[in-house]
Amino acid sequence: MTTPVKTPVKTTALTKRFGGTLAVDGVDLEVRAGEVYGFLGPNGAGKTTTLRMLLGLIRPTSGTVTLLGEAQDKSNKGLRKVGALIEGPAFYPYLSGLDNLRVLAGHAGVDRARVDAVLDTVDLADRARDKYATYSLGMKQRLGLAAALLKKPELLILDEPTNGLDPAGMADMRVTIRKLAADGCTVLLSSHLLAEVEQICDRVGVIDHGRLITETAVADLRGEGRLRVLARPFDRARDLLTELLGAGAVHVEADALELDVDAADASGINAGLVGHGVSVSELRWREPDLEQVFLELTGGVSHVD
Amino acid sequence: MLTSIRAELIKQTRRPANWLLLAIAAVLTLTFAYAIPYAGLSSGPSGAPGSGRGLPSMLPEAFVGNALGGVPIFVGALALVFGVLVAGSEYGFQTWKTVLAQRPSRFTAYGSKLAVVAIANLIGVLTLFAAAAGGSAAVAALEGAPMNWPSAGDIVLGMGVGWLVMTMWGACGALLGIAFRSVALPIGLGLVWMLAIQNLLASIAAPALEFVGELQKVLPGPNTGALAAAMGAASETPGVDALVGSGHATIVVAGYLVAFCALGGWLMHRRDIL
Repeated sequence: MTTPVKTPVKTTALTKRFGGTLAVDGVDLEVRAGEVYGFLGPNGAGKTTTLRMLLGLIRPTSGTVTLLGEAQDKSNKGLRKVGALIEGPAFYPYLSGLDNLRVLAGHAGVDRARVDAVLDTVDLADRARDKYATYSLGMKQRLGLAAALLKKPELLILDEPTNGLDPAGMADMRVTIRKLAADGCTVLLSSHLLAEVEQICDRVGVIDHGRLITETAVADLRGEGRLRVLARPFDRARDLLTELLGAGAVHVEADALELDVDAADASGINAGLVGHGVSVSELRWREPDLEQVFLELTGGVSHVD
Repeated sequence: MLTSIRAELIKQTRRPANWLLLAIAAVLTLTFAYAIPYAGLSSGPSGAPGSGRGLPSMLPEAFVGNALGGVPIFVGALALVFGVLVAGSEYGFQTWKTVLAQRPSRFTAYGSKLAVVAIANLIGVLTLFAAAAGGSAAVAALEGAPMNWPSAGDIVLGMGVGWLVMTMWGACGALLGIAFRSVALPIGLGLVWMLAIQNLLASIAAPALEFVGELQKVLPGPNTGALAAAMGAASETPGVDALVGSGHATIVVAGYLVAFCALGGWLMHRRDIL
């Protein structure tokens, strides 16, 4: 008999109002077991508030949260197998990295051996006895990840985990996240970095103004590519292609035409245009721009990298 | 809960500021209960508070009162600062999110803090009693006076009183730290209340207004002073005044302790961790 897989994260109509401000508006989020889920949205969209509600740090105004099959309530039982790093690492500056983790291990009810193990995982064992206040930002972030791993989590919630890291640190963090996912840990990752989400996430939820706009696979969010054609005379080329493919498959983008066709059709289209006296100067497969998709979804908000 | 208390103990025992507070409490107690009165004894009263106290007030027989003399004012204030540091620092360091993400409920996390405040104040009161006993023994040895110690019951009772008062102020500090979600403002407001407003009420408002005199009987400061007086603290010590009986004072101080703990827990439970 197989054990039913518990949905790692499920929220129903999750809502949070701060005074007159609706920060999160009826969010129905579902993160599936074993996936890396990207929670994407511009700054101030409601990502962190949602994640804090998952962890019980912020009480929802209404709606429910279920983590790994357990309702998240005031007892925090739902956090038994959940690790989290919210809005950057925060530790006691007068304690060493090791003592910080010992304190957290006490609160988590895990033993000292686990502290040593997570320090090794994040490659911080050599500096574990140094004061946290002396750590670089990258080391602080790694210690934050170590704290999140203390409970051998089945679900890891990471809020902007690469914030403030240099490119090498960001790459390391992404590799670590992918490795954790490969080991069976479900990861819910918030970010406003499209490239990051694209590189490491399986599915993505886009939130804007507190509302979940879409929840889909990254590839589906991006959509299909198009064949870009630069040809002269332009009107003649457009008419020919419309006649050939239908009006719905031909899109005018500035001085170019973009066609909803397979990439393999490129040579046939080229031959057809040239055969009708149209000069083709560019014929190129164009992957869709995730940023453009994102901006369209979020109403053109531009503060996303 | 036990593992959370252990975690909290690691946090507080490794914090140098806490040991500094303890050292200051012990040094101030020795200074005002022994050093200044002893200097006054050898050079004649100088007019400074406590400098005119006689030799018997410094001998072992009176050490319980000496250990508790500073508790209503400066030791209580230091206990309040400690309470603020224990609870308010979690906001300053933004570590509530780190701790609570490890699963303890807010009740457990807050309860472990209160437990550590209580344990630390027990250590504090033991330190004060040890320092005062040492001071008394030193004076007795220097003056060739007899080493007559109070009964064990009186010593334990005195420790209990000291612990109750200090833990009450510690819980007040924890409440203020949670209420203001910081460290600096709660310490400032707490000290202004303890060191300024309480004295103004006692020395200016109470003699002039009858209702303030009555109000004094239910405020925490005057009741801690009454408890210290009941245990033999010198009446000329600031804050020490037998305004009410020890039974009344014990009930009021214990009531404030319970109220501060409950109010802090209610705020922790109710408010978001932002």
